Amino acid sequence: MIGIEHYVVVSSILFVLGVLGIFLNRKNVIVILMAIELILLSVNINFVAFSAFLDDLVGQVFAMFVLTVAAAEAAIGLAILVTYFRGRGSIAVDDVNRMRG
Amino acid sequence: MDLQHWLWLIAPEETLSVAGLILLLVAAWGGDRASRLISILCVAALTAAAFLVAPALCSGAAGAGTEAFYGQYRADAFASFAKLLIYGAAGVTLIVAPAFFDRVKAMRAEFPLLVLFAALGMGLMVSATDLLTLYIGLELNSLSAYVLAAFLRSDERSAEAGLKYFVLGALASGILLFGMSLVYGFTGTTSFAGIRGVLGGEMGMGALFGVIFMLSGLAFKIAAAPFHMWTPDVYEGAPTPVTMFFATAPKVAAMALTMRVAMEAFGAQAAAWQQIVIFAALLSIVIGALGAIGQANIKRLMAYSSINNVGFILIGLATVTAAGASAMLVYLAIYVATTLAGFVAILLLRDENGAPVEAIADLSGLSRTRPWLALALAAVMFSLAGIPPLFGFWAKFVVFQAAVEADLIALAAIGIAASVIGAFYYIKIVKIMYFDDAADVVKGTGDWAHTAILALTTLAISPLGYLLTRWIGGLADSAAAALFLAA
Repeated sequence: MIGIEHYVVVSSILFVLGVLGIFLNRKNVIVILMAIELILLSVNINFVAFSAFLDDLVGQVFAMFVLTVAAAEAAIGLAILVTYFRGRGSIAVDDVNRMRG
Repeated sequence: MDLQHWLWLIAPEETLSVAGLILLLVAAWGGDRASRLISILCVAALTAAAFLVAPALCSGAAGAGTEAFYGQYRADAFASFAKLLIYGAAGVTLIVAPAFFDRVKAMRAEFPLLVLFAALGMGLMVSATDLLTLYIGLELNSLSAYVLAAFLRSDERSAEAGLKYFVLGALASGILLFGMSLVYGFTGTTSFAGIRGVLGGEMGMGALFGVIFMLSGLAFKIAAAPFHMWTPDVYEGAPTPVTMFFATAPKVAAMALTMRVAMEAFGAQAAAWQQIVIFAALLSIVIGALGAIGQANIKRLMAYSSINNVGFILIGLATVTAAGASAMLVYLAIYVATTLAGFVAILLLRDENGAPVEAIADLSGLSRTRPWLALALAAVMFSLAGIPPLFGFWAKFVVFQAAVEADLIALAAIGIAASVIGAFYYIKIVKIMYFDDAADVVKGTGDWAHTAILALTTLAISPLGYLLTRWIGGLADSAAAALFLAA
């Protein structure tokens, strides 16, 4: 029997993978954008699973909002990335170092 | 419980959103030539919104009559206090920005609109009493802010600042959201009041994780250590008016949101988060103070200064009392005035071609070439350091007083000791301006709007500001009372 805990474990694993994807990835900024999507989708799994478990619709409504915002976020992220690429000619993570730190 | 009353409560948000949508059409029609007109109209919309929120603050509105849309939104005195600061900071940004962008021919019609939508999102944040409203407001603010950071498209540093801000901001939103999903799952509700009711007794593991994730996400947004690493790069890379905006309005909004979440939603679990807040406060003060030493760029120095100040504000949160909340609001008001003065002064630092001067070394001997500007900048530095005759001292005083009254004497003592470290680099700037040989780099002059705003804000943080203490203190008290009445 698949219970709520299985969903939470899966979403937690996806969340951790997303966070690790942001910090461990040394190659490409696009991968970071994918990791951010992964984080947001893991949250959605949580919301929908809890919503079904609690028999409460708010979680699913929240998931729709998260999806919408995630789409807007991806659009803005890619737009900034295009601007960045025009100036620098590269999207390698190691090159994002024009300022210290 | 009627729609008409609710629509009246959200009048400031309606004003800003309708103005934003109409001006977006004007921008599409008129193009970049209309940018100055749109800036003026955006300032007018912000002023109108400020007039709409002022009555709630002056009358100390609180309680059930201020709630709209079934507990999604609350327009109480606390939200109004924060909104006035936010709208003020956004308005000043719009007034000083055109001169900066015109020089590099980068003034676009979107700029005032993005600031307007960010202010709208921040207004929603501080009025949120439900996780959903909180999230929508936060994202509306953040998404506008990412674009603003990367606004100088031809400047590599600006694009890099935008990219870094986007990645770390999105990560922060993700962490906050994951926390919200856990809190929702383990309490079964998204309203702050409901969460507070359920989280009364012993907290389970899942809910505890949710609370910690949410507070971490919020710490990212207020740039509190240990989640501060994006701040120096974003502040340095973003165009100076945008940096000024980031250092003031979103800081107020995120801090007010943190207060609302901590006191209202997690108010019954204060013992659980108090230690975290104390840790973050002390770490922010120390990292802000030590990081600023040795910085060569004044915007980067202001970034560390803001981290340092966030630490002092968090001391007020650690007290978990109404006096602490009131002290935080007073501190925020004075911090906003000081930061605005500081950044307008930085905007006035221009070389003979009108290019911005950001290196601290180029400030040397400023007191001989530009005495008034040096005086204003010195007042800002002394005020940020909290040295007595200036108004910044009062901010630190009320926060430490609240901490001592709440029996957090060790925290207050460490905070005061650490503020001495901070005073070192502030006074170093004053020393460079007043006692070093003149570098004679700063030659450009500003327009009257910059000078007027600089004069006003500098007067506010000068010893004359103490005339306002009773007034600001009274407003902050009624705002804090509204927050605690709801909680």
